[in-house]
Formats: sequence, structure tokens, C-alpha cells
Amino acid sequence: MKPRICVFALLLCLAASVAAVSQEMPMFRWENFTTANGLPNDHVFCVLVDDARVWVGTEDGLALYESGAWKVFRPKDGLAHQAVLSLALDHRTGDLWVGTMGGLSRVSAGRIDTFTQLNSGLSNDIVYGVGVQGDFVWTATAAGASRRNTRTGQWALFNERNTPMYEIWTYAVSPAEDKVYYAVWGGGVLEYDTKTEHWKDYNDPDGETEMVLMKDQGLIHEITTSVSYVDKILWVATYFGASRYDGRYWHNFLQKDSGLPSNFMSQVKGVDGDRAWFSTDKGLAYYDGANWAVYRPALDTHKPEMLVRDADGHVTSVPVETAPAHNYVLAVDFQGDDLWVATAKGLSHGIRVQTATHAAKAGAAVSKTN
Amino acid sequence: MRPVLRIPEWCKVAAKVVPIAALLLAGAIARPSSSQAGSQLERYLSPIEMVMSPHGRRLFVVCEGTDEVRVVDTQSARVVASVPVGHEPRGIVASSDGRQLYVTNSWTDNVSVIDAATLKVTATLRTGAEPTGIVLDRSGQMLYVANRLSDDISVIDVKTGHEIKRLLAGRGASYLALSPDGKWIYGTHIYPNAGTFQAQPKSEITVIDTARQVVVARRPLVNAAGVFHVALSADGKLGVATQLRPKNLIPLAHVEHGWVFGDSLSLFGADIDGTVQIPIDELDRYYSRPWGVAITPDKSRIFVTTSGSDSVSVIGVPKLMASVRARGHSITNDLSASADYVEARMPVGREPRGLLFSPDARRLYVVNRLDDNISVIDTNRNKVISTIDLGGPKTVNALRRGERTFYKSDYAFQGQFGCANCHLDATIDGLQWDLEPDGFGKDIVDNRLLEELSGTEPFKWNGGNPDLPTECGPRVEKYFFRSQSYSPEELTDLVTFVFSLRYRPNRERLPNGELTPAQERGKAIFERTKYKNKKAIPEGNQCAFCHNGPKYTNRQQLDVGTGKPTDRSPLIDVPQLSNVVYSGPFLHDGSAQSLEEIWTVFNPKDKHGVTNDLTKDELNDLIEYLKTL
Repeated sequence: MKPRICVFALLLCLAASVAAVSQEMPMFRWENFTTANGLPNDHVFCVLVDDARVWVGTEDGLALYESGAWKVFRPKDGLAHQAVLSLALDHRTGDLWVGTMGGLSRVSAGRIDTFTQLNSGLSNDIVYGVGVQGDFVWTATAAGASRRNTRTGQWALFNERNTPMYEIWTYAVSPAEDKVYYAVWGGGVLEYDTKTEHWKDYNDPDGETEMVLMKDQGLIHEITTSVSYVDKILWVATYFGASRYDGRYWHNFLQKDSGLPSNFMSQVKGVDGDRAWFSTDKGLAYYDGANWAVYRPALDTHKPEMLVRDADGHVTSVPVETAPAHNYVLAVDFQGDDLWVATAKGLSHGIRVQTATHAAKAGAAVSKTN
Repeated sequence: MRPVLRIPEWCKVAAKVVPIAALLLAGAIARPSSSQAGSQLERYLSPIEMVMSPHGRRLFVVCEGTDEVRVVDTQSARVVASVPVGHEPRGIVASSDGRQLYVTNSWTDNVSVIDAATLKVTATLRTGAEPTGIVLDRSGQMLYVANRLSDDISVIDVKTGHEIKRLLAGRGASYLALSPDGKWIYGTHIYPNAGTFQAQPKSEITVIDTARQVVVARRPLVNAAGVFHVALSADGKLGVATQLRPKNLIPLAHVEHGWVFGDSLSLFGADIDGTVQIPIDELDRYYSRPWGVAITPDKSRIFVTTSGSDSVSVIGVPKLMASVRARGHSITNDLSASADYVEARMPVGREPRGLLFSPDARRLYVVNRLDDNISVIDTNRNKVISTIDLGGPKTVNALRRGERTFYKSDYAFQGQFGCANCHLDATIDGLQWDLEPDGFGKDIVDNRLLEELSGTEPFKWNGGNPDLPTECGPRVEKYFFRSQSYSPEELTDLVTFVFSLRYRPNRERLPNGELTPAQERGKAIFERTKYKNKKAIPEGNQCAFCHNGPKYTNRQQLDVGTGKPTDRSPLIDVPQLSNVVYSGPFLHDGSAQSLEEIWTVFNPKDKHGVTNDLTKDELNDLIEYLKTL
């Protein structure tokens, strides 16, 4: 075989493999919501899926999307504050916990009760994060972590006096059965072991604020914005890259050596131990354990764009006709195969497109379960 | 219309004891002596609820006073057995096959499971605090228990006996009813939900989807405070809840001008567009504290026990529907409306509570709590045809007499209300009242607990009444009842009863009596004598200086900065703190919605104890300790 032919064949194989990877990555048709079609405010901080209902936290109220219609809750309805920063669902009771700029609200079948630092044991009224774990509601506030026992009404506060938290600006919380993780803005990650009731902190081992001197040796950066604990794997988002921790080894993701479109992240949400979604300021990114996909309006033309990067670092652009409402993405949640995405300028519903590969996989899954 | 004053039978007795009354009212006897209390060791049954076996052969009667379930053979009308259960049982439900009975024990926070054949308790299931109403879902797999003190509903897996979750209910969650199709459970609550200061009370009917075991709706009951039993018609289209509608935001001068408490029903369901409240009172006669409710299987009539008026009201459903349709929602405050649909009033025993039909609905059984018996009513004739004696003590001692006085509404003008209207089940009502005839919005007062009052004198929020006979006597007569008040003997009995009310168990304490680390830290803050900078705190600003002694009061009147411009005096009587956690809202006028607000909102100058040097953690610790008192 002549060398020229070999190179051509190699390129063909490469193109085929990239095309295959592109087929593997989830594709969506995006429907976007703004104030023009019922969203109370275009600045969307958070989104939470509750079966067929979608709760959306905006700068001007909590919105509920149900059966094609919007309902909005504001302070006049009993909500703690109009700016809704975080949401969590108690799956056992159906109660929704809402973190706002003015306290923590519980929405229970239409009734709203509010907890503030004046009328309850809540540590601070700016509630960046909230999570439910059994009888406990955990909150990440601007002055440490708070935990409310919903059966007894008791509050516990966790801050620099009783944890290794040297910064008290907690930003997000991810509770699971055995652990609770906090993203502490400027203070790394805090881990609470529910069995031993002990706290442990994870910090950037090189201590550098903007440089990565020791990659994969620990948390990528101290300025953490989000944690996601799933299948005993910890995913961490920071302003300077992402991290994955399996309890023994760390792996760091940077824009320069991964498919992340930006190191600046507002949220990471793990699907399982291998897969995760990253909300960055330059688009929504998906990682399947080897390959990456980015969904956004192109940064220059603002036309819909989907980029796929395979495990070897080859990037291809997949033709798409729609994209999320904005490339500044703050949060994401799952509705079956669909996605709901909070952006700086609108809410997006990613409706999963059935590609041939996806359909084949779905069929295989069905026959396996049968 | 000129109001008609009823002269109760006790007036004849009262005439004989006037000299004693003079002594009492002069304060010569501030507290009842043991001889006045009589044979206080008598344990009255105080039957409160019941269920019937599937074929109507047996009645199982929950006796709150003796911690048992008495079993009545309906044919012989005799008690045939008794089953001891937990402390202060309050609710009961039977499995659909009648083989199991489930009884809520309100002071031991559990459910006794009784085998109906062997009449043995076979299991005890944990619940939330103060379990009251109870229902079983149609599958017989899940128990739902309304917890009055934890304001929630326990969902218990019958198979494992474990409580799997709690659903948020209204404050004072009390009674539950399962829809005939088994899909929904409706819950009521006896205290209004927390709201803003001096706002109309808000209550709700909590609707649970039994398939998902979650709350799916809350039907608002505007201006209702004190919602009791709820029942569904056999077709599931009509729901009825008994309730009170208080006028607590305007002075009680309005006793003579109109109702202070409206006794009413909330109607809901497919037969009604939304929720409609209807009065059961008449223009010059009140039927106080509607409690139990039952709808005939053919949906022709509603039977309601009115526990303060010792009677049962019978409401014709077709007439009621016609009246509601004709009058619309304006019916809510129209006391003349009841003439449209109330078909009969039947006197029964003292303080009737639970009621139920025989399987053929030809008989209605009404349990009379303060007579220890059951009235049997012929539902065709609307007439009491017999009384089943449950076998309680035959003598009536001072405690029982006092209790009857406490619960009876005949003393107030037109029989409008009794002590138990505000002190529901001898507790609180969660409301703030404008009690005095001094103008609108003056001297607003919050309802306090009545537990263990002995040794906490003086009374009234500003310490204006030196003893309980004064508090319950002239004050009640002048400001509340606007009618004949108690005879001296009755007053003494009433005071005896009120002083007998014990602390309910405090659920904030650890079972072994020790304090949690947070409570220990809070105790140190409560007892501290120095600021954090080591400077001495003036005695009057130390928590434990004023709140001292076994009941945490030095019985003084002090200005702690919580008086309002609308109060005649800034001096507040130092309240006892035992079980204070259960008495919200707080402060003398109820302006603090939570314990935290007492210090975060109403203590800017540290006059009500030094707290402004505390961190949020430390304030939380202080509150955790206060909750244990």
C-alpha cells in the first residue's frame, strides 16, 4: 500500500470514528422559554424537574411549568424573596424546598412556609444551595451550612467553629445517603459523613489560585461552585476547571485538555459515576466518560452549535438547528432523556432526538429488560 | 329580637351557697383545698371516639380518661370487656374486616394494635407527637395518623410497623377521613396555621393522594380556627368539616352584638362549587363547638354533635343545598340561614364528641365524654331512645364538676361559648384576642397554656388578677360571658379542674432526661450572669433571674421592652416557661411568630434578657434549651 493511500485511509477511519462518536452523543431539539412566552424573568438561576412538572428559579420569582402553562410565586404569595437561587425536592413528601436571596421557603401542595434567620435557626438568608436527605434539609448559605430536622424542627449550624470550613460562603450542597458534600466558595469541598458525623475538607493541593501545578493530585481549585455526589463519585465544578473524585483518585478537567468549553462553571450534575453535565459560561457540556459534547449558540455567530470531541481530542461539529437559549448556562436537570437548562437569558427544554444509535440502544435496553 | 337568657339548673343550687361565694370572691380561698376536690382519685372514663364491628354487634369505645378501649355489646347494651392501651388514647379505626383495631395514644406517641377477637394489644407503632385522628387506607396496608403536636401526618406501613414518612399538615393536625373510593384522605387541624400578627386565622383541609402518599391539595378555610371532624358522603361528592369561626380581632363587646364564635360547617366536594361555610347557630341561640359529624348513607341528612351545647343538630341536605344555591357565599355569617336547613336539635349527654351510625343507619350512637355514656338515637324519629352506661364512677367529684363547667357553653350570653372554645381540649387556640371593652386594638392578648398553673399567680398578661378565682370569676363574667357567671361552688370546682391540668409530655427532652450538647450549651446561656466580654449582666437582664423556680417565673411584673403602644401599661407578668414551645405564637400579644423572633425582632435593647451579643449558633442553642423546659 502506498503511503498516500494509507494516510487517506487513516483519515477515512478517523472521520468514521468521529462520526460514530457524534452519533453516540445525545442530540436535542431545543425549545426555549423567555418572558415572551411566560417565564417571569429571563435570568434563570436553577431548574428542577418533578415528573411532568418543572420548577424554575428566576431573578423574579419561582415559576412552575405544568401542562403547558406557567404559574409564578413571588413574595406576595409567601415566598421568602423574589430571587430564587436553589431548589430541592423531597421525593417522599413531594415538598419543594426553595433557597432564595431572602430565606428558605417550603412549598407544600400550594402552601408556602418561610424560614429566615430572624424567625428560625437558619444561619443566613442568602440560600445558595439546598438539598434533602431523609428527614434533613441541608442548606448552603452565605454564612455557613444549616441543617433542619423536619420532624423535630431542630436546626444545626456548621461553620468555622465546628468544621474545617475556613471560608463560610457555602455555595452548593449535594446530600446522599452516606455523605453530604458542600462546595465552599473559596474553601474547596467539605464532606460530612452521616455515620460518623465528622467533617473533612478537600482543597487545592498546590494552593495556587489560578494555576494548576499538580494536576490530578486533588481538587482543581478552591473556588468551588457546585458538587454532585452520585454512585459514590464526587463531581466538582469550580471557576477554574472541574474535578472527579472516586474516593481514592482525583481527575481534573481543564478547557485545554478536555472537551470543556470553559473552565468557568456554575454547576456540575453527575448522571452516574462516568457521565456528567457541566454548566459553563460558554455553553452546556456533556461528558460520557470518554467523549465530550457542547451545546450552545456559537460564540461568534450565535447560530446553533453542537461540538463533539472524542477521546483522542478530535473535534467535529454536528449540524443542528436549535440550541439552548444562551451560552451562559447556570444549571441543568433531567426529565427522562430530556434536559431542562437554566441560562442567563432564558430556560431551555432539550428534547432528546432519537438518533439511530440511540434508538438501537433503547431497543436493546427494552429487550434486555423483557 | 330580644335575646332570651336561659336560666340553667345550677342557679337553684347557687342560691344556697352565696355565703361561700362571698368568701371565695374575696380571695379567702385562693386555691381549692383537698376536701373541696373531693374524691379526686376517681378515674372517669371520658369516652371520646368509637368504632363499630362490621355487623354492628360491638362498639369499641376509646376512653381517654382511663387509657382503655371499652367493648360494648350493642344487643345487650352492656360493657363486655376492656382493653388497656397507651396514655390518653384519642382516636380509633378498624380494619375493613374488623379483625384489627388501631388506637392512637396521644401522650405516649404511638398506636396500639388490638386483635378484635382476643382483645389483646398485639403491637405498638411509633408515631409523631400527640397522635389523634387515624385512618387506614383501603388496601389495609397504610395507616395515616394525624399528629396534633408535630403538625403532621404519619404514614405507617402496617406490615412492618414502621413509620415511613410524615406529611406536612395544618397546625394541630387532628382528624382524618378516607374518601369512599379510597383515593383521598382529608385532614383537619384544630389550631390555625401560622400567619402574620392580627391577621384573620387561616385553616385548611389537607388532601392526601393515597396512591402516592403525598399531599396534593390544601383547601383553604378562611377565618376558620378550630376545625374538628370531617366526613364524606357515601358517593364521595360531599365533604363536611365541623369548625369554629372566631371574631378575635375585635373587642368582646360584640358578645351582645353578634357571635364571638360562629359554629359552622365547611362543605366541599363535587356537590359544592369550591368550599362553602355554613352556620349552624340561630340568631339568639348558639350550638357551640360542633365536633363530630356523620352523613347518612343516602346523603339526606348530616348529624353534628355540638359538644359545648350538649346536643346533636340534624341538617337536611336537600334543604341545605337549596339554601346554599339561593344565598351563595353570603350564607357564611348569616345566623338566620340555619332555619333553612336545621331540621332538629336533640339534647344528649354532656359534651358529646364522636358519633356513628349502625350498619343500617337506623341508629346513631353518640358518645358523651363527660357523662361516660352513649346516647342511642332513632334516626327516623330524631329522638334519643336509650342510653348505654359505660360503667364509669357513679359519684361526681369536684374535678368532674369543674370539667363540666369548663366545657359547657351555657354560661355565656345566648350560650355562645365556654372556656373550652379558647382552650381547645384544655390547651390553647393559637389566636390573639381583643378581650377588653376599651376600644379597638387595645391590649391584644395571646392565649396561654393552662398546664400546671398552680404557683404561677398572679394571672392575666399584666398580672392584673391575683388568683385563679378572680381570673375565672369576675373577669370571665364581666368580659367574656356577659351573662350569669358561675356560682361560687361552680367557680371553686372550675378552679379545681384548671389547677389539675398537668403538663403534657415534653417531646424535646431526651428519653433519659439528659440534655443534648446543644441544649446543654443553651442552658449555660440561659443561666449566664456575664456578657461574653466577662462584664456582669444586670440581674434584671439575666434570663434565669426572672424565669426562675420550678415553673420558670418569679411572678413579677416587669417592663422588658415588649409592651406595645396599644397596651395600657408596658409591665408584663413574667410568664411560666414550662412547655412554652407548644404555646406559639409568643409574647403577651402573640406578635412573635417563633421563639427566635422574641430576640431577633423584639429585643433590640437587650431589655428582655441579654441576647444581642450572641452568635446565631448560640441563639439557636438557647432556643433548643427553652424548648426542653
